[in-house]
This record gives sequence, C-alpha cells and structure tokens, in this order.
Amino acid sequence: MSNVLPAFSLQDASGADHSFPAAGRSILAFVKEDCPTCNLVMPLIEALHGEPDVAVVAPGQTTKGNAILMRRHALTLPILDDSALKASFAFNVETVPLVIAADADGAEEGRLVGFDKGEWQAFFARFAPGAQVDWDAYPDWRPGCGSLTQDPIVAERLQAEAENSPLRARRIDIAQADDVHEFMFDQGFTDGLPVVPPTPERVLRMLAGTQRDPQSVVATLPPHMAPATVEKLAVNAVMAGCKPDHLPVIITAIEALCTDEFNVHGVMATTMAASPVLVVNGPIRERLGMNMRLGVLGQGNRANAAIGRGVRLALRNIGGARPGGTERSTFGNPMKFTMCFPEWEERSGWPPLHVERGFQPEDSVVTAFALTSGPQLIVEQVARQAAQLGGSLGLTMASMHHPRAYNNGDCLLVVSPEHLDAFVEGGYSKDDLRERIQSVSAKPLRELVADESAGGPLTPERAAAMPKEALDRTVRKFASNDNIHIVVAGSEAGSFSAFFHGWASGPMGSIPVSRKIES
Amino acid sequence: MTTILDPTDERVPVRRSITPRPERIEGNVALLDISKPRGNVLLDRLEALLAERLPDVTLNRYAKPTFTKPAPAALRSEIKADNHFVIEALAD
Repeated sequence: MSNVLPAFSLQDASGADHSFPAAGRSILAFVKEDCPTCNLVMPLIEALHGEPDVAVVAPGQTTKGNAILMRRHALTLPILDDSALKASFAFNVETVPLVIAADADGAEEGRLVGFDKGEWQAFFARFAPGAQVDWDAYPDWRPGCGSLTQDPIVAERLQAEAENSPLRARRIDIAQADDVHEFMFDQGFTDGLPVVPPTPERVLRMLAGTQRDPQSVVATLPPHMAPATVEKLAVNAVMAGCKPDHLPVIITAIEALCTDEFNVHGVMATTMAASPVLVVNGPIRERLGMNMRLGVLGQGNRANAAIGRGVRLALRNIGGARPGGTERSTFGNPMKFTMCFPEWEERSGWPPLHVERGFQPEDSVVTAFALTSGPQLIVEQVARQAAQLGGSLGLTMASMHHPRAYNNGDCLLVVSPEHLDAFVEGGYSKDDLRERIQSVSAKPLRELVADESAGGPLTPERAAAMPKEALDRTVRKFASNDNIHIVVAGSEAGSFSAFFHGWASGPMGSIPVSRKIES
Repeated sequence: MTTILDPTDERVPVRRSITPRPERIEGNVALLDISKPRGNVLLDRLEALLAERLPDVTLNRYAKPTFTKPAPAALRSEIKADNHFVIEALAD
C-alpha cells in the first residue's frame, strides 16, 4: 500500500514511549515552537486530543521548544521529542504544522498543511465531529513555516544518517577526547599533510557533484585490486579538499589510470620516481576555475591542487599504494602529492592536447601521463627565432633520463606564452617543434657508447659487436615524434618552458590515456 | 564525537605465512627473470651453480614479458604446475 506511513517510536517529556501506528486511529501533528502558525493551531490540536478512540501526538522539533509549547498552551496531549528530526525526516515534512490522520495500520486518511480554515473545518467534521471550536476566532488562512528538516545543514545530516542513505562506507566514530586530524594521521589515511575529515555530510555533499550511482564501481585499484566505488572516491575527494564539481574529473582520471595501457600498478611500484600527471582540457577548466596561467604548475589554485591530490589519496587509501609497501620509489617525487593542471588552449592557437588526441574542442577531457621528473625549467631568454628556440628546448630535453639514453619514450613539454609567441611568429606548428627537438638532438649511435668519462645504456662490449654501419646510424632522442606531448600554459611573462621526463613507455610500461569527463 | 567514513577498501589485511621450507631441494626449480637489466646474468650464474651442486634437479627458465607489470596469470599457473621451487631475480 503506497499510503502507509513510516513507523516511529518517540518519547514524551516524561520519558514515556509513544509508537506509531497505534492501536486505533492516530492523529500526528508535526510542530515547532517558533512557528506562529503552529502556535495558532495548538489549541485545535489539543481539542482533537479530547476525542475518544483517537491517539493524538505532536512530534515537536526542538526539546526546548516542546517545553515552551506545553507551558504556553497548557497542553495535555503528548508532545514527542523529535529533536533528532528522524520522524520528521521519515515523513518528509517540509512545512509545519503538518497534521496527518492515519488508521491502525498506519495508512494515511487525511492531512493538513499550514492553516486553511475550510480544510481544518472539514478535517474536524470527519475525524472529530464532537469537538467544540470557535472557528470565528481563527483567520481564514495562515501559511505554515519551513520544517527544521529543510535547513540545508540539518537535511544533509539526516540524509546521511537515514536508512536509505546512499552511503555504505564503514563509519568510524572518533571519540570526543581524540583529535580527528591526529586520528587520521595515525590510521595512515593521509599523504603526510592534514586532510579534511570525510564526515557523512561532506561526502553526501561531494556526491552531489556526479549523477553516477554512489555504489557503482569506477575501476579496480591495484595493488589491493580493490573496487573504487563513486562513494569511496568521494570520501577521498573530501579529504583532498575538493569541491563537488571536482569529483567527475577524479572519477574520469581514475578510469584512465586503471587501464592496462596506463598501468598504474607499475607506475606506483617502480623504483623510478614515476607519478600520474593529469592534464585537463576543454570547457571544464573554466567551470572549475582551474589555473592555467601564472604559477600553473605550482601551488595556489584549489581545483588544480585538490583534484590531483584526490586521485593520489584514492590510490593510496583504496588501492593501498603506499611508500614502503608496493610503492618502492627510491626518491619519491613531490608530484606524488598532486600534479594536475589545465592547458591554456585559448592562448595557444595550436590544436590543444585533447584535440590532437581525437576529441572535439568542446569535450572536457583529462589525460593521464606517467612522468618521473619535472617540471624541469628550460631557461632560454635570448633566442627569439623559432628554430633556435626549438633547438634550445631539444638540447635540454636530450638529457631526459640520461644524456646517452636515446630512442626514449614519452615526455611532456609545457611551452610558456613568450616561447609560444616566438614559435608562432616563426610559423612553427606543434609538429614543427617536435621535429626540431628531434633533429637538433639526434646523434650517431657511436656517440652514445659508454666510455670512461660517463656511462650509458650502450656498453662498449655491445658496441664492439655491432657493425660499423649500425654505429654510424643516427638515432633520435625520442622513439617517435608522437612521444613528445606539448601543451601551452604559464604566465605571460617569462622566457621559459617546462619539461617532464617520462617513465618506461609503450606496452612494456605506460601509455598516456585520455578520457572524456562525463557528469 | 566526530564520525568519518572509512576512505580505504575496508579489507582487513590478510596475514600471509611463509610456506614451510623443505629439508632438501628436489624436483623442478623455476628460475624466473622479471626482465630487468642483468637479471639474466644473475640467473645464468645461479643456473650453472645449481646444475653443478644439484645434478638431479631440473632447472626451468621463465621470464616475465615486462618487469613493470605483474606476471600474467598463465605464466604464474605454468610455473606453479611444473615446479616445486621458484627463484626470482628481482635485479634491483
């Protein structure tokens, strides 16, 4: 039966229990003391209480207010303590006074909201025909007041505590004497910096950032191979300091990281200092207020910092990737705290990263790279000519991993607006810049053989076994021009670019992955 | 009192105990190279030493396709099915 009302059991001021449904007909009156209309109708509700075979109870929304109502109106009917608002929430009370008549099975027979004299008279005629009321003393109409359950903060708490709450994560009660921040440090929940306590209310608010079912599994996170539900990601997003509209980026980033191509397990486990680095493209950058200009790769912007941190905390807490466990990086890397930034597409004029990777300009996209070092600043404040400037970038980038490590994999180059202008003036496209980087850094293989001055991947013994033609062959720093990923960002002032070294690339390591961000 | 939601996967860590060590090395021994540089050098040397000291033991060589990823399930099953011992060269 659809009109059966929720059951409850509440106590009156004397501590006596009152349950609904009761043995016979019940009339429930939800009231709060500071509502003028509730005060207007309290004598009427008291009059209902005088009717035989009807149990009249009034769940009041504050303990103190209930006592005042009792005194002020000399009530004999039981005012029930619903200060926890559980019954009001279960009945979805939006406006008080709300008066409901129900039968012994708890099925609704009629209701009144606020005060409309005609409706109240009809209600009395039906349920309390013997009651004596001087209706002339009452106005025709008075609006009700907002129920306390509608207060936004209270509503979130109630939703989080309700039986039909979307939250399923284990609740951890922290004693009053304990410091919540110290507790979370002790549990190993943090990256070494304080986190925002993920209270049920905050997580619920975070979940409003996505339309996805809180219990849907976004990905399986190594090394624990744990299911990352939307709810668990929201918990970690709260801890990272995210806003609800950041959550879709985190969800999408986790999807991208947990592909076989990206191989996040290897990225986290390697002794190299690899870390996921996220680049955001498309309209969502502006919507989230991400910083793509001055200080883009540093601190100071909430979206940039918190999204990257939320992803990292999820890998740590849900996936179990922790330094000293499966995370074995020799040095670690500050990017392991957070590294997420947007491309300044509008300043660029070059096709943005996501368009180069097959998405539409109006798509919002996150691209995940596995990068080991960076941002390495490339200082070139003199060259103004595109080929010369590109040469400077190429020679610097040739040091990636090791100056003699060639035929290398992915890297990420962030070109500043000042350098961009020089390239554009020289007619350089992104592809022209890639080719310039490759050509200026190309070397005959024999120059890359380890010798007494320095080592390198190609040992003299292996080189000695190679034919002369092989050693004369020119090799390029990067296996393919496509390994050089280029974005534009940074402030208008400064003749610098920034360069991130890759990790093991390709199917044997990690392949950059882009995913469209859905709400 | 503050209530927070558990940010972890809520799994109680599994306590793993080491398989009892046998008294003698008999049967088949797998030599697993995870494909890191020079892991094969270590295993070549070990294989020679083991062949010398334990002539009755069969030595089987295996290699992971890449050190960056866990060994494929098929390789793990093959090693488990065909061997009594595994020596893995981690190389780091």
